[in-house]
Amino acid sequence: MCCPGCQAVAQVIADGGLENYYKHRTSEAASPDALSATEQLRAEYALYDHQSVQQHFVAEQADGSKQATLVIEGITCAACVWLLEHHLSSLKGVIQANVNLTNHRARIQWDEQHIKLSDIFIAMHNIGYQGHPYHPDKEEQLLEQETKRAMRRLGIAGVFTMQIMMLAVALYTGAGDSLDANYEHFIRWASLVLATPVVVYASKPFFQAALRDLRTRHLTMDVPVSIAIGGAYLASIWATLTASGEVYYDSVSMFTFFLLIGRFLEMKARHRTGKAGNALLNLLPASALLCTDEGETIVAANELQQGDQILVKPGHTIPADAVIIQGSSSIDESALTGEYLPLTKREGDNVVGGTINVENPIRLEVTQVGASSQLSAIVRLLERAHDEKPKVARLADKVSGYFVIAVLIIAASVGLFWWQTEPENAFWITLSVLVVTCPCALSLATPTALTAATGTLRQHGLLITRGHVLESLAKATHIVFDKTGTLTEGNLSLQESKTLSHLSAQQCIEIAASLEAHSEHPIARAFHKITAPRSILAAQQLTNHVGLGLEGIIDGQRFFIGKPQFASQHCGQHLDFSDAPDNRCQWLLLADETQPLAWFGLTDPARKQAAQMIGQLNQMGLEVQMLTGDSSAAVGHIAQQLQIDSVISGVSPAEKLQHIQQLQANGAQLLMVGDGINDIPVLAGAQTSIAMGSATDLAKTNADAVLISAELMRLPQALKLAKRTRANIRQNLSWALFYNLIALPLAAAGMIAPWMAAIGMSVSSLVVVGNALRLTKLGRPDRVE
Amino acid sequence: MAIIYLLIPIAIILASVAIWGFFWSVNAGQLDDLESPAHSILYDDDEHLIPDDAKQPKTTDKSE
Repeated sequence: MCCPGCQAVAQVIADGGLENYYKHRTSEAASPDALSATEQLRAEYALYDHQSVQQHFVAEQADGSKQATLVIEGITCAACVWLLEHHLSSLKGVIQANVNLTNHRARIQWDEQHIKLSDIFIAMHNIGYQGHPYHPDKEEQLLEQETKRAMRRLGIAGVFTMQIMMLAVALYTGAGDSLDANYEHFIRWASLVLATPVVVYASKPFFQAALRDLRTRHLTMDVPVSIAIGGAYLASIWATLTASGEVYYDSVSMFTFFLLIGRFLEMKARHRTGKAGNALLNLLPASALLCTDEGETIVAANELQQGDQILVKPGHTIPADAVIIQGSSSIDESALTGEYLPLTKREGDNVVGGTINVENPIRLEVTQVGASSQLSAIVRLLERAHDEKPKVARLADKVSGYFVIAVLIIAASVGLFWWQTEPENAFWITLSVLVVTCPCALSLATPTALTAATGTLRQHGLLITRGHVLESLAKATHIVFDKTGTLTEGNLSLQESKTLSHLSAQQCIEIAASLEAHSEHPIARAFHKITAPRSILAAQQLTNHVGLGLEGIIDGQRFFIGKPQFASQHCGQHLDFSDAPDNRCQWLLLADETQPLAWFGLTDPARKQAAQMIGQLNQMGLEVQMLTGDSSAAVGHIAQQLQIDSVISGVSPAEKLQHIQQLQANGAQLLMVGDGINDIPVLAGAQTSIAMGSATDLAKTNADAVLISAELMRLPQALKLAKRTRANIRQNLSWALFYNLIALPLAAAGMIAPWMAAIGMSVSSLVVVGNALRLTKLGRPDRVE
Repeated sequence: MAIIYLLIPIAIILASVAIWGFFWSVNAGQLDDLESPAHSILYDDDEHLIPDDAKQPKTTDKSE
């Protein structure tokens, strides 16, 4: 058990007879926050029992029961779904509970007379999941419709293609004399009936995209694809009607089916991280403690008005931009600025909605709500960054653009030539030209290579969500890292301790840990991790001096821990930071009333693989930069440790965006790796961006790829695979062009019958697919010892 | 061979029925979650469905 939260969860799970969860889970669950403060939570969740709150997301069923869709945080694998469904269904009054693993939504139906909605929320909380009401926004509804449409298309194409292939077998085997002309004619008509929905319905997206391309005068692969599908289909209809030539219904539908599968997988990957709608909502708390003349009441956070006075307890998120009117505390702004150390804020200071109050209760007056708040400002910055994102020119599209024009001109002139010499053969020769140059191989060249490489990377923990990533990874010249949480672990840990008295280092650490045991400050958490609970001594009269340190009495002796000036003020020697052993860490001093006892050096350590990864990236000829909002001495130390020469520190999100836009304007092919909310605009603005797996949902949504495994060594591997993918695509394209160069003159000369053209087309496609499959191996993994 | 005049239309009709069923299931949301059903078959939560006389003697948890 790593924390009381896990223990409580395990207890509930075991008591409920749901131990199976542990047998089946495939990934570790996130450790739930300490499950204390139940009273506060109860009061918060009780808000959801109000009729006025419920009307937005609860539907009343005909039999009097109620139904709601909830978004659930904390689902990591299928075992979570099983646990939630069983735990919720076992509650009295819950009629039905369905949890969707893909989009983390639960549909719950319950009987209001036996159970209240707040009890359901609390039941979920007790087993370690947080529920939120689900407000589908427009974007998400559109995504859902898109998925359903894509599935229907895939279904049509799949089922009918199989039927057509069956009939095609009859046509192929019976070609020549053995099949009676009547039967052949009938089978062709049946194929026409089956192929029509595939062309008209399933391949509609290709035609629509092609039409859009023609309007914007920017030719992409959709144009040749549409010409191939449409041309072969129309030619087949002509052949069916006139009972002459060849039919290509099987090729048309098979081609459509394969392309749709590729597009479907790509869309799925894109949606996987696309939970933009509710990500921001979750950052702000649902409720706030409003102080009025009558006392304190809990209200929904979105009902706050400018000028309201609110109380924020330690450990709680500040619900809106506000100014402190009473009290002082330290505020964790890491979500916004990336700084992991909380800032000390006093009366009159401004605080930002979405940040976390760490130490003391503070009373605030709300200054900004809704669209004018700082959080919304970041979102606006994000939208702007999206608009200004440089477009990546795609090799295949460029090639195909010229290719299509060339093919159309050649086909037209061939047709014209034969029309004048042998009008009766003109149509079939022109068709042969079109079929033989069918851009199948050309249009499969890129998607198959990309799909194979994307799948390989996903297996190894890098999830690619946008199509252009592999291509731009291969071209990258600059790679820019955020510091906190990307190159470093993102939390403080005790690096060194130096004793100054007769006490041993272990004793000093125990005293320090006992003093810090009840604080949730990141510094205190560094001590929580290293000591066993039983060695914690009882500390009395703990006093928290905000921004300075802690004091407390252990065994009748008074101890101080914190900034050196503060801790040493009561003993003979006055020490400050210049007395610390060095400036590589952040130093804390432990002292009693007579003498200083020990220095503790805390740092945010670099991730284990970071140095090796940077070394490899340098070797590959990439320029590595570190871009961070942090301005402390730790930046220099990390940069030195990882051997990064180019460091830009202490910059705001807007300045970060400006910096990368400047680089991109100077021609850099940029790859940005980051994690926090403050990185979101940069992630969105960079040509290619990768978010860490631990990043906020919003950051993941705006990145082009997500490094799920948090193994930094995957980056150089991915870059190498991207280079191989690019080489593979080039091979495929040159093969397709080579084949066309050979076949085109023959077809134009009238030496190739349409059925020979069809075989050639299939073979060239198979060669391309086979070549792409070579990318399913990641190559020799550069293992980390 | 004349039987194909009957069989092929039947095949087309059956395919259309299959498509209709597929559309219905997509629209009803049955394919929204493509991941968890694959796992749920593995959970041993069907004890109450096993007839008493067919039950295996209970083994210890670890030896499964």
